[in-house]
Amino acid sequence: MAFQHRIRMTIAIVATFVAVTFQLFIPQLLGQSVDQAYTLFQRGAGGAEAQQVLLISAALLFAVSVLRGVFTMLHNYQAEAVGQTVGYELRLAIYEKIQRLSFSYHDRVHSGDLITRGMLDIEGVRLFVNTGIIRLFVLTVLIGVGSYLMLRSNVLLALVALSFVPFVGWRAVVTRLRLRKGWLRLQERLGVLTRVMEENLGGIRVVRAFAAQGYEMNKFDRASRRAFRLTLHRIGLQVRNGTAMSFAYFVAMGLVLLIGGRMTLAGEITVGRLTEFLAFMQILQMPVRQLGPLVNSFARATTSGERLFAVLDLEPDIRDKPDAHDLELTEGRLRFERVDFKYERNDAREHALNDISFEVGPGETLGIVGPPGSGKSTIAHLIPRFYDVSGGRITIDGQDIREVTLKSLRQAVGLIQQDSFIFTARLENNLAYGNPWAEQTHIEWAAEVSQLHNYIEQLPKRYRTLVGERGVSLSGGQRQRLAIARMLVQQSPIMIFDDSTAAIDAGTEQRIREGLSQIAHRHATIIIAHRLSSLMHADEILFVDDGRIVERGTHNELVELGGRYRALYELQSNPDADSFEGIAG
Amino acid sequence: MSTTEYVASRDEARNEETNERPPLAVVGSQTNRDERIFGEVFDGHVIRRFARFVRPYRGRLVIALIGVLAFTGTQLAVPLLIQRTIDDGIVGAAAGVQALTAIAMVFFAVVALNFAANFLQERLSADLAQHVLFDLRRAMFEHLQRISLSFMDKTEVGRLMSRLQGDVQALQNFLETSIFVVGDIVLLGGIVVVLLSMDLYLGALTIAIVPVLFLVRIVWLPHARKAFISARETNSRVNGALAEAINGVRAVQEMAREDVNYVLFRDKARENLDAQLRASKFAQVMLPIVDTLTGIAMGIVVLVGGNLVLTGQVPLGVMVAFLFYVQRFFAPIRSVTMQYSVMQRAMAAGQRLFEVMDVPVDVEDRADAIDLQEIDGSIEFRDVTFGYEPGRPILRNISFRVNPGETVALVGPTGSGKTSLTALAHRFYDVWEGSVLVGGHDVREVTQHSLGRHIAMVLQEPFLFTGTLFENLRYNRTDASLSEVQEAAKAVGAHDFISKLPSGYFTKVEQGGGNLSLGQRQLVSFARALVADTKILVLDEATANIDSYTEKMIQQALAKLLENRTGMVIAHRLSTIRGADRIIVLQDGEIVETGTHDELMERMGLYARLYSMNYASFDDIPEELIRAGSNDRQAT
Repeated sequence: MAFQHRIRMTIAIVATFVAVTFQLFIPQLLGQSVDQAYTLFQRGAGGAEAQQVLLISAALLFAVSVLRGVFTMLHNYQAEAVGQTVGYELRLAIYEKIQRLSFSYHDRVHSGDLITRGMLDIEGVRLFVNTGIIRLFVLTVLIGVGSYLMLRSNVLLALVALSFVPFVGWRAVVTRLRLRKGWLRLQERLGVLTRVMEENLGGIRVVRAFAAQGYEMNKFDRASRRAFRLTLHRIGLQVRNGTAMSFAYFVAMGLVLLIGGRMTLAGEITVGRLTEFLAFMQILQMPVRQLGPLVNSFARATTSGERLFAVLDLEPDIRDKPDAHDLELTEGRLRFERVDFKYERNDAREHALNDISFEVGPGETLGIVGPPGSGKSTIAHLIPRFYDVSGGRITIDGQDIREVTLKSLRQAVGLIQQDSFIFTARLENNLAYGNPWAEQTHIEWAAEVSQLHNYIEQLPKRYRTLVGERGVSLSGGQRQRLAIARMLVQQSPIMIFDDSTAAIDAGTEQRIREGLSQIAHRHATIIIAHRLSSLMHADEILFVDDGRIVERGTHNELVELGGRYRALYELQSNPDADSFEGIAG
Repeated sequence: MSTTEYVASRDEARNEETNERPPLAVVGSQTNRDERIFGEVFDGHVIRRFARFVRPYRGRLVIALIGVLAFTGTQLAVPLLIQRTIDDGIVGAAAGVQALTAIAMVFFAVVALNFAANFLQERLSADLAQHVLFDLRRAMFEHLQRISLSFMDKTEVGRLMSRLQGDVQALQNFLETSIFVVGDIVLLGGIVVVLLSMDLYLGALTIAIVPVLFLVRIVWLPHARKAFISARETNSRVNGALAEAINGVRAVQEMAREDVNYVLFRDKARENLDAQLRASKFAQVMLPIVDTLTGIAMGIVVLVGGNLVLTGQVPLGVMVAFLFYVQRFFAPIRSVTMQYSVMQRAMAAGQRLFEVMDVPVDVEDRADAIDLQEIDGSIEFRDVTFGYEPGRPILRNISFRVNPGETVALVGPTGSGKTSLTALAHRFYDVWEGSVLVGGHDVREVTQHSLGRHIAMVLQEPFLFTGTLFENLRYNRTDASLSEVQEAAKAVGAHDFISKLPSGYFTKVEQGGGNLSLGQRQLVSFARALVADTKILVLDEATANIDSYTEKMIQQALAKLLENRTGMVIAHRLSTIRGADRIIVLQDGEIVETGTHDELMERMGLYARLYSMNYASFDDIPEELIRAGSNDRQAT
C-alpha cells in the first residue's frame, strides 16, 4: 500500500503542475486573441490571414482546455484515491486498536465517545485529505506559477493583482487556529447532547414513571443551547473570514482594472495583457471562495486527527510479550500462586485481591462464594488476562499466563459472565462466536446441553433466526443460556461460570448442570455463584471476603466449620427465612 | 505513513489465516437495511410539514434570499464592468482617465455590495438552517417525550437517534443549499440574458453548450447516483461493524475473536473503499467533459467573436466579457443538478422524521384536567379492559381496589397482564373500557404531571443516568436537599456503600451505572422512589437473583419503602408475596383469585399450585405446565 501511495501521490503532484500550467495558458491565449482581434481590427486587415490567426488561437484554446480537464481529473482522482485509502487504513487501525485495548481502557472510556471517533473523526480526516489537501495544493501552485508568469510580464500590475494574497494567507492562519478551538469544544458539546438524548430514550420508562418530561426537556435544552451557541459562533467566524477573503480579492481586481486601465491608456500594456491579468484573477476566484470552507475543514481535520491519534498511540496494557509462545496444553490445570491484585483506578485504595492460591484440574470443580465486592469476579477476570496480577502468578499447565500468547490463552479459557453481549446476527453466528468453524451438530449439542435447543427449534427460522438489537429479543435467562452454549461450542479446557445462572430458574439450572456433568471430566470448572445449590457439589469451595480467602474446604467441611459459609447456608436453606432461594434450590 | 506500515504489518502477520473465512463468522449487523437513502424528489406532505418549521424565520429567509439575489447580481456585473472598462474607458471614443476612474468607482461600489450581500447570504442561510435544525430536533425530542409508550417499546433507541441526528441534518442541508440554488438559477438565466442582449448572434451560438451540458449531466446522473448510493451504504455498514466492535469488545476479547473479526472487517472496509473510488471516478469524469465544452465555447467566441470584432460589428470589450461568461456556465448547472440528489435525500429523511412526529400523542391532558392535590392514596380499577393492538385485549374486566396504605401483590405467569396493570395506574396508556381511579379521581381527569407527583415507580431494570449519584437520587425532585437524599438512602440501606465510594454522593455514575453492581443500582432506584415521597408506590420486582446479602437488604428496603404507602407490587419473590396484605392472581388478563397467602393456599387453586412447583419466580414456569394445570382444573 505504501508504495502505491507514493506512486499515486507522484502522479497527483505531476498532474497538478501540468493541469495548472495548462490552466494558466488560458489567460495568455485569451489575451493574445484579444490583441490579435484588436490589432487586426485597427489595421483594417481581413480575409484569410485574419481568419487563420483566429482559428489557430481558437484551436489552441480548445486543446488547452481539454488537456486541462484531463489532467485535473487525473490529479483529483489520484488525490482522492490516496485520501480514501488513508481513510481505509485509519479505519482498520482504529478497529484493530479498539479490539486490542484492555478492559481497563474500555472501563474508562464511554463507548459513544469511541464510536464518534471511529465515525465522525475518520470522516473529517478523510474529507480533508480527499479534497482539502489537493485544493490547497492547487491554490498554492496556481498562485506560485501564476505569480511567476505575471511578474515576468508586468511587475507593477502583478504586484497589484497579488496584493490580496498576504491578507488571505494571514486570515487563513488566524481563523484556522480559532476554528480549531471552536471545533474541539463543539465536538465535546455535541457529544453531551447525544448522550442526553440517548439516555433519555433508553430510560424513557423512568422518565415517564417520575413524570420528569419537564426535567428532561430542561436537560435537553441546556445541552442543545450550548451546542447551538457554539455552532453559531463557529458559523460567524467562518462567514466573517470567508467574506473578508472574497472582499480582498475583489478589491485587488478593481485595482487591476483601474491601474491596468491607466497603463493601457498610457500605452504601457496592451488590452490583451490587461485581459490576461483579469482572466488570471478570474481563475483564482473559485479557489479563493473555497478557501473559507477549506480552512474550516482543515481545522476540523486537525482536531479529528488529534483525537484519532490519541487512541492509536495508546498501547494496550495487556499484550503479548515479544517472545510469547502459544499455550501448550497438556492437561489443563490452573494454578493461582499467591496472587495479589490492585485496580489501576485512582479510587482503588487497597488491594482487590490478597494472597489468593488455589488449584483446579480437569474433572475438578472449584466454587467461589462471598459477599458482593469481595473480589470473586476479579479472580475470574484475571484468568483470561483481562487484567494482570500485581503480585504472585497464575499458571496453566505450569506456564505463566503472561508468557503465552493472549489468543491461545483466551481460547483455552471460557468465561461466562452475568451479562453477556449478544451480537445482531443469526443464532448460529452467536453460538459459534468463539469457534466459527464449528460443525452444526456440535452447535446443536451445545444448545441442547444449555436447555436452549427446544426453544430454538420452535422459532420459524430455527438456528438462522436473527437475534440481538434488531432481531428476536431474548429474556435474561435465555441470554445466559446462549452464553453458556457459546462457551461450550468454544470447547475450552477451563470453564468459568461467573454468576452466569442468576437469571435462570433453579429447575433449568439443574438440567444444565446434569448435561455439563457428562463432559465435566474433560474440563477444569470454576463456579462463582450466590446460590449455594449451584456450587455445593464442588471439590473445593473458597469463601472470599475483602479480597482474601477466609474459609476453604468442601461443602461438608465448611458447614461443619460453623463459620461464614455455614451462616450463609443456613440463611439460604431455612424455609422460614425471608429469602426465597432456599426453597427454590 | 505510519498507519500504512501498521496495517501492512498486521496484514502480513495474518496472511496465512486470511485465505479462508470461517463459515459462521460475521461482523456488523446482519439485518437488511430497510431505510431508503433517497426518496421522491418532491413530497408535498414533507414540504408542508417542513415549511412550518421555517415559518418563524421567514424574515431571515427573505433577507437571505435578497442577499443571494444581490450577490448573484454583483457576480453578473463583474464581466460587464470589465467590458465597460475596455470599451468606454480604454478603446472607445470617449476613453480617458476620467471615464476609466468613474467605471472603476462603480466597480468598487459593486465590490462593496458584493461583500455585504455575500455576508448576508452566508450568515443568514447558515443561521437559519441551524435554527431550523435545532428546532426540528427539539420538536421531535419533545414529541418522543409524550408519544405512546407502546411506540417507544417497539422502536430501538439507535433508530430514533438516527432520526434526531442524521435525518434532521439532511433537512438542514436541504434548506441551506436550496437558498443558494435560487442564486444559481438566477445566475444561469442572467448570463443567458446578458449574452443575448450583448450580441444576439454570438450569444445564441455560445449558449448552445448549455443544453448540451444539461444533457450530459442528465445522462450521467442516474449512473453516478448508483455509485454514490453504494458508497454511502457500504460506508454505513462499515460504521455499523465498528460500533458493534466497540459495544461488544468484552465479548470479542473473551472469545479471542480479534483476528477473525479483523479480516472480516477488512473485507467490509475494502468493499467501501472500492465503492468510494468508483463514485470518485464518476465525479471526476465530468471535469474533462465540462472543460471540453467550455473549450468549444471559448473557441467559438474567439473565432466568431474575433471576426465580429474585426469587422467592427462587436466592440472588443464585449468579446472579453463573453470569454469571462462562458467559463461560468458550469458551476450553476452543477449545483442545480446536485440539488436533485439533496432533495431526494431530504424527502426520504423527512418522511421518516414526520412519520414519527405524526404518531399521535394518545395520552393527553384534557383541557379541563384538574391538578391533583392531596389524595388518600387509593387505587381502583373498575371493569377495565385494555390491550395494545385492536381486537387483542390484554386485560379483561378487571376490577379491584387497593385501599390507602395497603400493599397488593400481583402474581401470575408471564403475559398475564401484570405489567399492563401497573402501567395503567400511572396512565402510560388509556383504558379501552372502564376506568382507573387514583385517590378517587379518574386518571383521565387529572393532569399527568400532578398524577406523577402522587405515584412513584420502581422498574424491574434499575436505569441510572450519567451524572452524580446525588443527581440520580433526587432526579425530578430538584428541590430535594442533600440531607433529604441521605435520609432516603439510609432508609433503604444504600447510604453505607455510597459513603464508601471515593466521592460519596457526588460520585459520577458511569455509562449504564457500570461502576455499581446490580444490587447497588437497585437500592439506588429504591432510594430514588423514596426521595420522590409519594403516597402510592408501584414496583416491579427484579427477577434476577442477587446475592443473599444484598437480597436481604433489598427485602428490608422494600418493607421500608412500602411503609405508610399504598403499594402495587409485581412480585416474584415469595417473601414479598407473603408480606403483602392481599394477593391478586392473574391469568390471561383476568383475575382468577384474590386473598392472603394462607387463604389462597387453602383454596388449592392456581396460586397454590404455582407455589408448590418451587420455581424461583412464577414467570419461569413453563407455559405447558400452567396449561396442563388449567385443563386439570377444568376436568375436575
